[in-house]
Amino acid sequence: MGIDWSLLALSPPGWGGVLLRGLVTSLEIAGGGYALGLAIGVGGAFGKLYGGPVTRDLLECYTTAIRAIPELVLIVLIYYAGTDAVNRLAESLGHDAVNINGLVAGIFVIGIVQGAYSTEVLRGAIKAVPFGEIEAARAYGMPSGLLLRRITLPAMLPHAIPGLANLWLIATKDTALLAVVGFTELTMATRQAGGATKDYFLFFCAAGILYLMVTLVSNQIIRVVERRARRGMREV
Amino acid sequence: MTRTEPLETEPGLAELARPATRGRSWWQPHRIVLLVVSVALVMLAAATMRWDWLVEYWPQILIGVWRSVWLLVLSIVLGFLMAVPLGLAQVAGPRILALPARGFCTLIRGTPLLLQLWLLYFGVGSLFPTIPAIRQSFLWDYLRQAWPYALFTLTISFAGYEGEVMRGAFAGVPHGELEAGRAYGMSPFKLLRRIWLPRAFFRALPTLGGEIIMQLKSTPLAATITVVDVYGVIAQVRQDTYLVYAPLLFLAGIYMALTGILVLLVRVVESRVPIRGV
Repeated sequence: MGIDWSLLALSPPGWGGVLLRGLVTSLEIAGGGYALGLAIGVGGAFGKLYGGPVTRDLLECYTTAIRAIPELVLIVLIYYAGTDAVNRLAESLGHDAVNINGLVAGIFVIGIVQGAYSTEVLRGAIKAVPFGEIEAARAYGMPSGLLLRRITLPAMLPHAIPGLANLWLIATKDTALLAVVGFTELTMATRQAGGATKDYFLFFCAAGILYLMVTLVSNQIIRVVERRARRGMREV
Repeated sequence: MTRTEPLETEPGLAELARPATRGRSWWQPHRIVLLVVSVALVMLAAATMRWDWLVEYWPQILIGVWRSVWLLVLSIVLGFLMAVPLGLAQVAGPRILALPARGFCTLIRGTPLLLQLWLLYFGVGSLFPTIPAIRQSFLWDYLRQAWPYALFTLTISFAGYEGEVMRGAFAGVPHGELEAGRAYGMSPFKLLRRIWLPRAFFRALPTLGGEIIMQLKSTPLAATITVVDVYGVIAQVRQDTYLVYAPLLFLAGIYMALTGILVLLVRVVESRVPIRGV
């Protein structure tokens, strides 16, 4: 059996364009979910470190539960529950049921999952900042917003970057799970292409190469970012 | 989907500077309130959702859990057996072994598990029937079913991630210990068996514990290729009953319980490690 490369052509008889669009969607969801996760993570980490007892316990429940339940189950649960909740809210406000954008739902799902892991990474990184530095800033009368921006965030960054980089790689791979709820990202697009042409092997290999390229390119960027964040620090 | 747990840093001064909560008991007033609230939520879910399907599907759910556990255990054991040579090849092997081992780990870690699974099941699986030799061999009985693909994919996935962990663990064993073994005239194999492998294993143990839990969380993917594990059973329940939340919440509960049991097991094993100060 020869390989029919024309199946990968970018224009319609070939499925290359569909795959690339799937890749773009995957990257959009990964990027959006990662950013949302980071936002949750910053809030969660500060809540866990400096929040009141109730905040701390609730956050502990959030991170423990998310980390104990398989991503697949979470994604299915949050995907359906999230869209259902929005629809019910819309109904109770007197609107018609809204058709939720799959992209937004996907970003939301990945963000919630990533948030739990981000919280733990950032909490560890903030704890690694010598307390004297924060104390010194307080002694100079810095308000907490400025303290966060000028001292805590930059000082914790070198400690956080390996964990956060790892989370980015996970985010790109977790987007594939959205295929299970029928969302057309790269993996689902590949399966559709395979189903239409019966050439599953070729398409899954092509998609694998695309995912691998994302990982390898990310690794190079991470290396540069890490070097920059660690400048002036001792080599390890 | 395997994640590396964030490194635990030493308790910072920031913690010590806070009013000490360490001495106080776990039962603080707010915790009791939170517990009451959560019990109330569970009761609400029990009262308002439909659970009658549990009676009918109970035996299937148990079989599903058993299948998930079985997939987990087998893939971990086989994957770890593959990971040791993978790690060793990268640390000590000649280039001709080290490069493929490194390439394998990068490939596995760089692509989603779901894609690997579908590639093998739909892609490779669809190639097998076209080869007459395979159709006639005894392998065909297995290759027609879904679970060998799930087991194989989960195994190589675990091997890929653990190969990387073992690489670090092998490289981290102090050089002097290996030198001492050599000075005693140990053969390379005996050195590996007596010193290098056990020391590397104990070093890798905390990471391995986390990775095993990650592996548990990867097993439900098998349901996407028709293996009826516990996720598959619940998916069936959802199809039969049109219930959205109750089966999924129950499934989440099952996985939380399984994770809890695994965490305890890992802790027991770790506490038995006969070394100090690693």
